[in-house]
Amino acid sequence: MSILLTMIPIALVYATPIVIAALGGLYSERSGIVNIALEGIMMVGAFTAAAVTAVLEPSTTWAAYYGIAAGIVAGMIFSLLHAFASVNLKADQVVSGTALNILAGGLTVYLCQIFFDQQRTNAFTTGLAKVSVPGLKGIPFLGPVLFMDVYSTTYAAILLVLLTWFVVYKTPFGLRMRSCGEHPQAAASMGINVLAMRYTGVIISGALAGLAGGAMVLTQDIQYTLGSIHGTGFIALACLIFGKWNPFGVLGAGLFFGFSQALSIYAKDIAFLQKVPLDFFYMLPYVLTVIALVVFSGKSVGPKAAGELYDAGKR
Amino acid sequence: MNTRSKLFVPLVAILLGFVLGAAILIATHRSPIDMFYAMLQSVSGKNLRADTFNPRYIGEFVVQSMPIMLTGLSVGFAFRTGLFNIGAEGQLMMGSIAAVGAGLWIQAPPVIHVILVLLAAMLAGGIWGAIPGYFKARFNVHEVVVTIMLNYVALFLNNWAIVEVFKSVDRIKTPPIPPTALLKSDLLAQLTNGSRLNWGFIPVLLSILVYWFIIEKTTFGFSLRAVGFNKDGAQYAGMKVNRNIVSSMVIAGAFAGLAGAVITVGTFSFGRALPAAEGYGFDGIAVALVGGNAAIGVFFSGLLFGMLKAAQPLMQSQGIPKEIASIIQASIVLFIAMKLGIEYLMKKLKPRKAVTEEVES
Repeated sequence: MSILLTMIPIALVYATPIVIAALGGLYSERSGIVNIALEGIMMVGAFTAAAVTAVLEPSTTWAAYYGIAAGIVAGMIFSLLHAFASVNLKADQVVSGTALNILAGGLTVYLCQIFFDQQRTNAFTTGLAKVSVPGLKGIPFLGPVLFMDVYSTTYAAILLVLLTWFVVYKTPFGLRMRSCGEHPQAAASMGINVLAMRYTGVIISGALAGLAGGAMVLTQDIQYTLGSIHGTGFIALACLIFGKWNPFGVLGAGLFFGFSQALSIYAKDIAFLQKVPLDFFYMLPYVLTVIALVVFSGKSVGPKAAGELYDAGKR
Repeated sequence: MNTRSKLFVPLVAILLGFVLGAAILIATHRSPIDMFYAMLQSVSGKNLRADTFNPRYIGEFVVQSMPIMLTGLSVGFAFRTGLFNIGAEGQLMMGSIAAVGAGLWIQAPPVIHVILVLLAAMLAGGIWGAIPGYFKARFNVHEVVVTIMLNYVALFLNNWAIVEVFKSVDRIKTPPIPPTALLKSDLLAQLTNGSRLNWGFIPVLLSILVYWFIIEKTTFGFSLRAVGFNKDGAQYAGMKVNRNIVSSMVIAGAFAGLAGAVITVGTFSFGRALPAAEGYGFDGIAVALVGGNAAIGVFFSGLLFGMLKAAQPLMQSQGIPKEIASIIQASIVLFIAMKLGIEYLMKKLKPRKAVTEEVES
């Protein structure tokens, strides 16, 4: 039990980028664009955040926050490519997303070589600092786990879940966006600008995936390398399906994957898991993703028009 | 789509990709000329600046092209059935594990041993491909996410197998695989001044032939393509759609598995633990897309991307970050994805030309 309690903070650290990136995917897919490029956008966000943080750290204590802000902007710009290809040029969204994933790997390491003369960014010393909530951290059991030494990005993730739920289900904008993902022709007939909606969806997903990448590298790493994101964007995508394209579902699925990753770190402390090779724990999140997809496949209710080319003349 | 635009779109995409790559080099104060020299040297073996010739570069260029032709066939085969196989990387690793197993544990005379190794790799790759195929057919789970996840599973399985199953001493490579199981050739190595060139090109060329035959010449290939064109139509015509999906992924996996064997017993002579995926699967996507998922197209685009890969060390030695190759590759894929947009532009340009011709005549 005590191990489970100590696992919670680690699981939260792992879950944070997954949840944020999956929320990004939610905006994009709800507007009708499949965004398999989440992984690549996270890489770009992580690279930018790590680079800015490493450079600014000597001069300001807010370096990590500047880094995260830069990561968000970089993610938005990078996602524009996906929006342009899939909205304006009617590209196959999965192929375009794959191209962006390859591009992100090449571009970030290329820029590392240009700026830092090596295949990674310079290391930053602290990255994102942990925060404690005064008062609440005194609560027995829960206090030390949820309110002491937690990264601010974790709270941001939870706020974003609530905000996303509100925006998607309670605002006119959310209704319009969802209609573009379900039946764009019907949406267009009601005077909604489908193309603008889809651009907005993809750019929001770029901002969130950029934030997720920044949050990930600044809390789990000491610098950006090609392996910094190692499939987290894809796990976020699975999270979105697992969570049935619903913000609270995404939060639940994200926590689940966070725990499965934390398990690989704590396995050596749990008696009956000690004999299992470490590689199998590394495998676990990916295997669980496949299992989750299969189990929830029949009931998954994604946006109907996501991934389809938008043809205004189609009925 | 007519033949002309089939060729036109990839060529425009390749051109735009290289232009973009050169622009990025110029923007970051590197010389695109150096990059083109490096590419030329990797294909011809000739260093135009120093006026030297070294056939080793040609050998390495072929060595780089072989596995990505196979992963290209893998991705292309699945594409033909309307499936997007991003899992060639994982299928390749499973093939590599099987190749190491068959190489180390089976004892057989020279040629037979190699054939057994290749078959084992194809079988393992095929099984790994069958998993997403079955999930797609039975539960309608999208193959893209499953194949990506299985890539990571295969990577960790590989690293576990290298250390625990094949008893690697240094935790990086397995004990050497006996020569009977290798595709290595002293003759080919001598001809190319000590490159890693090996007999692997024979299974690669055979695979291209088999791919062409299955897709273009058999009823089975026709029904696979029918499923790719229109699933419901194929179902209505009495084709077994679900079975075709699984078979297509099995064959796609077998091509990728073979690539794993060609690398393990051809390029190398031992199994390797890997810190991360090596990108052969993504290379395969680029090869298949540029090659239009056709056998002959895959051959030529395999050579193109093989050249880019082979030129990477040369670029790096000239102070050009070798990742420019991935950037060019990704932009070519992106431009190919914009096919409809490019075709639309072509259509817009065409009538104007027709009108001017009329005026001139």
